[in-house]
Amino acid sequence: MSPRPLRIGITPLCDSAPLVVAARRGFFAEEGLDVSLSCEPSWANIRDKLAAGALDAAHMLAPMALASTLGVGPLELPVVTALSLGLGGNAITASLPLWQHMQELAPEAMARPATRGRALATVVAARRAAGAPQLRLATVFPVSMHSYELRFWLASAGIDPERDVRLLVVPPPRMVAELEAGAIDGFCVGEPWNSVAVLRGSGAMLITKHDLWNCAPEKVLGVTRAFAEQEDAAHRALLRALLRAARWCDVPENRPLIAHLLARHAGIEVPVEALVPCLTGELRVGPGPATRSLPEFHAFDRFAATFPWRSHAAWMLVQMLRWGHVEKSLDVRAATEAVYWTELHREVAAELGIPRPDADEKVEGVHAEPWTQASRSGPIELGADLLLDGSRFDPRHCTASLADYGIHAMRISLDELESAQRTRV
Amino acid sequence: MPRDRLRIVLVDEKPERSDDLERVLVAEGYDVIARLTSGDDLRARIGELAPEVIIVDMQSPDRDVLEDMRRLQSESPRPIVMFVDESDADSIRVAVRAGVSAYVVDGLVHTRSVRPIVEVAVARFEAFQALRGELDAARESLEERKLIERAKGILMQRRGVSEADAWKLLRRAAMDRQAKIAEVARQVIELAELL
Repeated sequence: MSPRPLRIGITPLCDSAPLVVAARRGFFAEEGLDVSLSCEPSWANIRDKLAAGALDAAHMLAPMALASTLGVGPLELPVVTALSLGLGGNAITASLPLWQHMQELAPEAMARPATRGRALATVVAARRAAGAPQLRLATVFPVSMHSYELRFWLASAGIDPERDVRLLVVPPPRMVAELEAGAIDGFCVGEPWNSVAVLRGSGAMLITKHDLWNCAPEKVLGVTRAFAEQEDAAHRALLRALLRAARWCDVPENRPLIAHLLARHAGIEVPVEALVPCLTGELRVGPGPATRSLPEFHAFDRFAATFPWRSHAAWMLVQMLRWGHVEKSLDVRAATEAVYWTELHREVAAELGIPRPDADEKVEGVHAEPWTQASRSGPIELGADLLLDGSRFDPRHCTASLADYGIHAMRISLDELESAQRTRV
Repeated sequence: MPRDRLRIVLVDEKPERSDDLERVLVAEGYDVIARLTSGDDLRARIGELAPEVIIVDMQSPDRDVLEDMRRLQSESPRPIVMFVDESDADSIRVAVRAGVSAYVVDGLVHTRSVRPIVEVAVARFEAFQALRGELDAARESLEERKLIERAKGILMQRRGVSEADAWKLLRRAAMDRQAKIAEVARQVIELAELL
């Protein structure tokens, strides 16, 4: 019996690699699947086409899976994920004029990526004093890790993202053009767009996602809850194919091949050389020939990169609460359980003999180095997980994390939120 | 809002298609005030043009820009109608029934009236806004309401305007700054205390 053809939506970004590899290197076919990839120009399309059944699964912003399920945005759609599509991969890039201004006013803070937020704060204050317009900083979608990373970074430097700068959305393929036109002063986006700005000499990377939060989540494989419930066999076959494709992506000698596959099949219209740095971790950060070696910049498979940690989802929900994107109280644990299907992931990984964590969550912001966690399925190497501001994030105490944020735009009270946390360990 | 002369902005990458759609819309009694492509600064242009409905090509990356504008209440959100290729038509019909949004299907422009689709989008949008308005009203704390009342009083006195116009001034200032009205009100009060 031939399987029902499946359509999977992808967006033109480097982290679509496991999907492109699974399609082009035969991993889907080996699982008996007939998959076609559909390259979508917007995140709104990804969500709406999933809702409409025009897509069966999608390369999705992890916060979008949560937001759609909670009805944040124009549409309520229960989405689930049993697979994370990698860790890392984003950066914050400044236009050269902004970089130079930061360098002029705060050369010491500019010496290290970790302290550059202070340099930006100095520029923000100087512009305010001079009556200059606010800096315009772009992300790719209001509910995205890009948006929460940029806000987290700004706030950790004392910059209120809601009052001190203007945040706006620009589609990734247009980021560099808008930076060059002076329409924006900087952006937080996934690769290859930071590298494109650097290679064109129009921007310089201030800080990477890995500096903001080591080995942090980014995209997921999103399917509707209806698909997960009604087409369990197809869903599991997709997960098997993608676990194998992710493993293939992290074999070092395959990394340059990925750049060519993406250039040809992912709708990313940039020269191959712009795709290579993020895949090898040898980043051109600019300005000029400045480079940085960051092997952990993007993990597809290692550090259990495909495991959908509920602590990752909890952090995203806390940011959604922090910035007023979630406007009503919610039980954080119940929400992460509904969307992040860890047990299904474990079952599929076990079929492939891949060890997986016993726990669904971990405390984030604890490990400065890779570490080994014991599990019933074997020892697992996990990545560092520090946050830039040195904070810890304990998913069992989300309200406490929120209480610690000096800068926020919360729309509900902490008491109200605390009383909604009914699901306990 | 006079239904028969709704002011519409088209966002489309394919001029020949927007020609067709514009003709149909005009014949239906709509006012197509501009056609924009992704090179334009949509945010600024839509701010200036103040359309009542936006019709966007589903293949336009600007859908995410429009969605962000819709999130910011200060940018006076508008109903958005999606414009799709015929290849997606079947699945999109399901979407319309599911309440995703309203869609005009490309191949149907010639043969079928687009009016019901635009009207469904407007009605659905207004219902959504009304719900959101109720939520906001409930949320707006007593404190914020007091701030806004005081700021309105200051503006009425200093600028000699009516209460309604004072409210509009606050709202416009909030739009310009992408700030909450209560926040602008607080600034007005602080400034008034200085002067």
